[in-house]
Amino acid sequence: MTAKGKVFKYGANVDTDVIIPARYLNTADPAELAKHCMEDIDASFVSRVQAGDIIVGGPNFGCGSSREHAPVAIKASGISCVIAPSFARIFYRNAINMGLAILESAEASEGVGDGDTVEVDFETGVIRDITTGKSYTAKPFPDFIRKIIESDGLVGYISDKKPGCV
Amino acid sequence: MGMTMTQKILSAHAGLTTVVPGQLIEANLDLVLGNDVTTPPAIDVFAKTCACGVFDRKKVALVPDHFTPNKDIKSAEHCKKIRRFAREHDIENYYEIGDPQMGVEHVILPENGLVAPGDAIIGADSHTCTYGALGAFATGVGSTDLACAMATGKTWFRVPDAIRFVLNGALRPGITGKDLILHIIGMIGVDGALYQSMEFCGSGVSTLSMADRLTICNMAIEAGGKNGIFPVDEKTVEYLRKYAPKRFAEGNYKVFEADADAEYIRTIELDLDRIPLTVAFPHLPDNTRVVGSFDEVIIDQVVIGSCTNGRLHDLRIAADVLRGRKVKKGIRCIILPGSQRVWKEALKEGLLDVFAESNCVVSAPTCGPCLGGHMGILAEGERCVSTTNRNFVGRMGHPKSEVYLTGVPVAAASAVLGHIAAPSELGDLIKED
Ligand code: SF4
Repeated sequence: MTAKGKVFKYGANVDTDVIIPARYLNTADPAELAKHCMEDIDASFVSRVQAGDIIVGGPNFGCGSSREHAPVAIKASGISCVIAPSFARIFYRNAINMGLAILESAEASEGVGDGDTVEVDFETGVIRDITTGKSYTAKPFPDFIRKIIESDGLVGYISDKKPGCV
Repeated sequence: MGMTMTQKILSAHAGLTTVVPGQLIEANLDLVLGNDVTTPPAIDVFAKTCACGVFDRKKVALVPDHFTPNKDIKSAEHCKKIRRFAREHDIENYYEIGDPQMGVEHVILPENGLVAPGDAIIGADSHTCTYGALGAFATGVGSTDLACAMATGKTWFRVPDAIRFVLNGALRPGITGKDLILHIIGMIGVDGALYQSMEFCGSGVSTLSMADRLTICNMAIEAGGKNGIFPVDEKTVEYLRKYAPKRFAEGNYKVFEADADAEYIRTIELDLDRIPLTVAFPHLPDNTRVVGSFDEVIIDQVVIGSCTNGRLHDLRIAADVLRGRKVKKGIRCIILPGSQRVWKEALKEGLLDVFAESNCVVSAPTCGPCLGGHMGILAEGERCVSTTNRNFVGRMGHPKSEVYLTGVPVAAASAVLGHIAAPSELGDLIKED
């Protein structure tokens, strides 16, 4: 599993309120949520983002509320992966449960520039900045987490396995 | 590298010989818990999983406790949804109002013998960490996690680092586990243990009652902790013998101990003899002060109960302070036994009589005012001394109301005096009618 796209770069402590403002939480529809993704930190994000693009953030990405809408909005906007030195605990759990790939790498967060084209290999954890030619390594996901992401989240992952139906 | 107690429990449940902090693992669960707030959305997600049933009807616990007896139509609908799901899936641990085993989730699960040392437990409730008191790993999760765990009996975890708290000595008479945990949270802050285990050890552990340990682990989340955990000792085993006789008799539990060379990211030594009577001022649990060190705080209401301090042990302490005394005129003192069993025992021991004579009101077991649900909501500008675990803005009612968190002795004494006070201030003050 790999991802390749253009980088949208943000700073530290990107919180769930700027990822998806509370005023839009009256829907759970991913496509609706995607329309307002990152609106309060980057008004042009929605018009510029293309399928496969990558968000690179600073430390404590996703802090704030426990809303599952935040990773859902990012994923539905087309983002294939979020890279940051660290994620807020609940966002981390929600992102994986909703099938949004996230990688921890302080070096990549530091080194990769806004607008660079980056390629990520989820099996090896290698993050390659095609624009600059530099490479970084994040800790790769174990198999089952990769499968959760490939199955579009935890619900998809366990339905694939048909739990309880022997 | 050695493992902490939490890491050992996690590695055993993941079928691995060793785990390291940061590692992602898939673990088998011994118990999965939901309440009337978190279960209804989980039931919807559960339907999407295509699961034919829950993974084990004996290992799912569904506890309607937050808005029960139902406070309004919406909460009645939520509970109806859970009741129907519980019937459909023949859930063994579903607790209807009035059942001898019903009550507030974190009070009743240990009391009903559903928690034992070495267990791995998740609950869609942040205070699920309470069960660490019995040497189990327990942590709070969201509704999607609850749904998927009900279907598979598994969940994924990121293995946490740990802070080690070495407890020495013993708490002085009149000081409770609540004072200790408030003191710790005041010391390390509401994010002081973010994502980490809080592992307690040292010679002071054996001096703490199980009730105190449950109170302490209950509030691990208020320091941001993933879980709190106590080593298993004679008191734990005694508790198990009493409340989980079957598992005790079958030896169906496992004692894990931290390795001697386990790595902790921080070690904090605490002299229990020096823990003072502590109160957390609004609006965060880490805003702690020592009782007696601040100007008079006049109050309107006192709440004694919740999953933090609603056990028989707590009600006995409250009764000891209130016996022969009256709640000050104009102050409301609400007592919420944590479970039907606690309520009944309190009745038998005459504690409810003491409360009635002191002009307190005793509620049915429920979360009630703890989360601003019902049974004691605060109006604008009102102040409440509460034995619960959170004093966030608006937690118990109006955004301009205030909650002061304390242990039971201070709460009971404050009800009599009308301001935040230590029991020692009562002197021989009696019968203020
Ligand atoms: S008593 Fe309060 S903290 Fe405990 S489960 Fe109920 S609402 Fe939550």
